[in-house]
Amino acid sequence: MFENVDLKETFTELVRRASTELPVEVTEAIRNGRDTEEDGSLAQKALDTILANIVLAEESSAPLCQDTGTPVVWIKYPVGVSTRRLKEDFTEAVRRATDLKYLRPNAVDTLTGRNTGNGTGRAIPSVHFEEWDGPGLEVRVILKGGGSENVGSQYKLPDTGLEAGRDLEGVRRVVLDAVVQAQGKGCAPGVLAICIGGDRVSSFEHSKEQLLRPLGDSNPVPELAELEERLLVEANQLGIGPMGFGGKTTLLGVKIGILDRLPACYFVTVTYMCWADRRAIVQIDEEGGLTWLS
Amino acid sequence: MAELKLPVSEKSIRKLEVGQFLELSGRMITGRDAAHKWLMEDFREEVAPYLKDSVIYHCGPVVNQKDDGSWEFIAAGPTTSIREEPYQADVIARYGLRGVIGKGGMADRTLMGLGRSGAVYLHAIGGAAQVLARAIPRVEKVFMLDEFGVPEALWVIEVERFPVVVTMDSHGGSLHDTVENGSKTKFEELLGR
Repeated sequence: MFENVDLKETFTELVRRASTELPVEVTEAIRNGRDTEEDGSLAQKALDTILANIVLAEESSAPLCQDTGTPVVWIKYPVGVSTRRLKEDFTEAVRRATDLKYLRPNAVDTLTGRNTGNGTGRAIPSVHFEEWDGPGLEVRVILKGGGSENVGSQYKLPDTGLEAGRDLEGVRRVVLDAVVQAQGKGCAPGVLAICIGGDRVSSFEHSKEQLLRPLGDSNPVPELAELEERLLVEANQLGIGPMGFGGKTTLLGVKIGILDRLPACYFVTVTYMCWADRRAIVQIDEEGGLTWLS
Repeated sequence: MAELKLPVSEKSIRKLEVGQFLELSGRMITGRDAAHKWLMEDFREEVAPYLKDSVIYHCGPVVNQKDDGSWEFIAAGPTTSIREEPYQADVIARYGLRGVIGKGGMADRTLMGLGRSGAVYLHAIGGAAQVLARAIPRVEKVFMLDEFGVPEALWVIEVERFPVVVTMDSHGGSLHDTVENGSKTKFEELLGR
């Protein structure tokens, strides 16, 4: 299967697109934020610089940010395809993309402190699989930067200090706390990708998966759609602004996913994504035809 | 926008205040996590002249080596500075640095060090790797490349009109403290307490 398509080459191109081209609606959200900031303010200048940067990166096919992040990929595949081969091909694509300077050599041996030099290492890239009924492949990748990863957090409810109980009001309180704790350190204006429920691992994983949703979509669960909108408005009232310089544009979006949980556990996991909300998607049909999305 | 030439005197640095835009030109050096630890383990004579009266840039660039062996920065935005908080004030004092470039700001220990030594914290726009790489026309040399790898090595670079904002000055001023305090007040209000 998929003999007609060079998967390594296709995955390399996918990673190049993710690293150098921001999804259109993310750029749009940054531009809208820019227009709400006061003329001549630090916030507006920061956003102007970011907008100029987005144009330069795409024109020159160079990384938007030098921290090209952890490549995290979700691959949907039909019955009978070897996931081992897909993983090997994607990992090889990360090596090639690193060699071509679309990615920085971004994997460090934790024990020795040495950079592996080729962009791959234990758990890098991070690869997830799902078998589906479709005949083709769908490959969705995000590049998750480290600075913003450091300001992510996981709460367990109830949280006495924040007076946050086990309900959506409790979720709202801890999420706002996460934004205040992050300040501008995650390269605001960022996108919050949240998971309510799950265990400590599944909750983080599912929160990251929210970053595959386009900024403008609406959550199919009405209560969550409402909470997403409210959190976006309230977070932008905190005055943190781009880079934490002060201003109205602290977040570009909030996305919430939900998992079931154990009776004893109620996790709220917040993944913070920087303004360089890098995402790319390719669909590959049986004949090797490619459809590029973001 | 004011231009600041490197190297720079303590007197000029002490005139700077929070909120000012600057464009830097001259020679500076990059250094991040491994570099700060290394700079404090011993006095590093070989890099000391590049730090004296200049600034250190918290940056882990994407770098290309050209056919003639020379280097060029392909992407070069700032990294989060707070990780260097345990070292920064001492590195400034030991090597006579006049400033630090990074993102996200730093905390009290560094802020006090800036006042004591006569130095500033300069915020570059996080993620603006292309805009900033274009303000770095030349890479002069590199230290500790084999040991630390590309992102963590100390790169001696020449910058031209490199844009930054003063967010911590030598008079105890910190934009980060002001913004954080304001956001905490608003947060309590949103929580209804």
